[in-house]
Amino acid sequence: MLVIFIKSAILLLVVVTTFAYAMLVERKVLGWMQMRPGPNRVGPWGLMQPAADAAKLMLKEDLTPKTADPLIYRLAPFVSLLTAFGAYAIIPFGASSSGTWAIGNVNAGILLLMAITSIGVYGISLGGWASGSKYPLLGSIRATAQMISYELAMTMSFVGVLIIAGTTSLDGIVHAQLRWWFVGPQIVGFMVYIITAIAETNRAPFDLVEAETELVAGFHTEYSGLRFGLFFIAEYVNMLTVSCIATLLFMGGWNAPFHLTFVPGVVWFVLKVAAFMFVYIWLRATLPRLRYDRLMAFGWKVLLPVATLNLIVTAIVVAITG
Amino acid sequence: MTARKNLYNVGAILKGLSITFKFMFAKRPTIEYPTVKKQHSPRFHGLHELRRYEDGKERCIGCELCSSACPANAITVIGAENSPDDRRSPGERYAARYEIDELRCIFCGMCEEACPTDAIVLTPRFEMSDYRRGSFIYGKDRLLVPPQAGVGEAPDERPGGIPSDLGRVAEIKSTVDVGEGYSATWRGEILKGERKGLAG
Repeated sequence: MLVIFIKSAILLLVVVTTFAYAMLVERKVLGWMQMRPGPNRVGPWGLMQPAADAAKLMLKEDLTPKTADPLIYRLAPFVSLLTAFGAYAIIPFGASSSGTWAIGNVNAGILLLMAITSIGVYGISLGGWASGSKYPLLGSIRATAQMISYELAMTMSFVGVLIIAGTTSLDGIVHAQLRWWFVGPQIVGFMVYIITAIAETNRAPFDLVEAETELVAGFHTEYSGLRFGLFFIAEYVNMLTVSCIATLLFMGGWNAPFHLTFVPGVVWFVLKVAAFMFVYIWLRATLPRLRYDRLMAFGWKVLLPVATLNLIVTAIVVAITG
Repeated sequence: MTARKNLYNVGAILKGLSITFKFMFAKRPTIEYPTVKKQHSPRFHGLHELRRYEDGKERCIGCELCSSACPANAITVIGAENSPDDRRSPGERYAARYEIDELRCIFCGMCEEACPTDAIVLTPRFEMSDYRRGSFIYGKDRLLVPPQAGVGEAPDERPGGIPSDLGRVAEIKSTVDVGEGYSATWRGEILKGERKGLAG
């Protein structure tokens, strides 16, 4: 019991620090891609920027609009945050001879992971709805529709992986990729997963939930101070989560590429996750936001059929080759 | 149909990604201002400066041409007669009071053009932010170059510099050591005398 508490505390610390520096890296990389230096005033190379931001958010006034539903309004950020952090209870980061590096090793890991991350939309929907204001409401309506549409294609996209691996345990899926990463045979599923993962975490070019050009700030328009900070943390932690899942399902988890096994597995895992995070930032710097109807059409008419087709083909091939 | 084309044009997306990736390593044009400052042209129109002759006398003769040339009505000049035992400028008159409201000023340089003695000059200095409006009214205490600094530090755009024979410096002998009397109270005393003169 105590061991689990210690593990959780360490993991929480690691994830929060990663969030803080992921945010700094995002601002830096976005800056570079736009020919700006990015934040560089607080500490050397701006390394203390996350601390400055955290202090600023904590000192800001926590406003609740008169029209808001006070209880749900105040609770919503915590729903987002708790579900975001909850996912890390079962994500394995590496393996040693004694077992996997995870707080909980669950048999149906991937299913539980999907279940936990799916609850995250409640934080956004309830927060926007309880704000009692039009822009957050529009944002949360979009969030609900978008999450439901893309969740379906997302789940479809990695069922192929589960069929090949023959297990739903994250540990088992990584072990099944010892020789071949599933990104090869499941390239279609991988592409669909990446696209839907961006949509699921409400990041550009699928950030219609926030859409500052149309909806002020979307679902978190009315939030300020630390409560806004919680939504912010949740967004980045979710990015990290889907990057972890992509690494586990498609990129071989902590398996080393080209038999470079002298580097510890955790390092490979972190590098792969970092690469996914970079792609996130890269896409944000490059692509403009989709129009809402096109987003829906793309999800239902392209991603879902493609993912389903991929699933059927994979199933047939696996059935034939045994 | 074009919308459909744009959305599924993967080649265009990849091209966009390659462009943003390349720009990550591009040279950034940012000048990190408070630590690194840009070199302005010597002709830059910034904060004003009232210059002196090489012997330390003020160039300004209190003619108020700058004031009338000013399109923004930013300049106030109150001239006074030079007394034989206290010569401020080589001419008959000098500016007892010379004030520029830098908030009204549009930095057009018309005062510079109008000045017959090249007394008022726009320097490349531009950092004059302050917390109070009142502190933007620059009087002689801040506009006039200190006598120790010679004719003025700001670069002059003319190849020969400021012609030193303007105002017949050589013919008028200085009767007062211009180095004295420029303490903090000097301006206040002048204004007191000026008020007396206006009343009388």
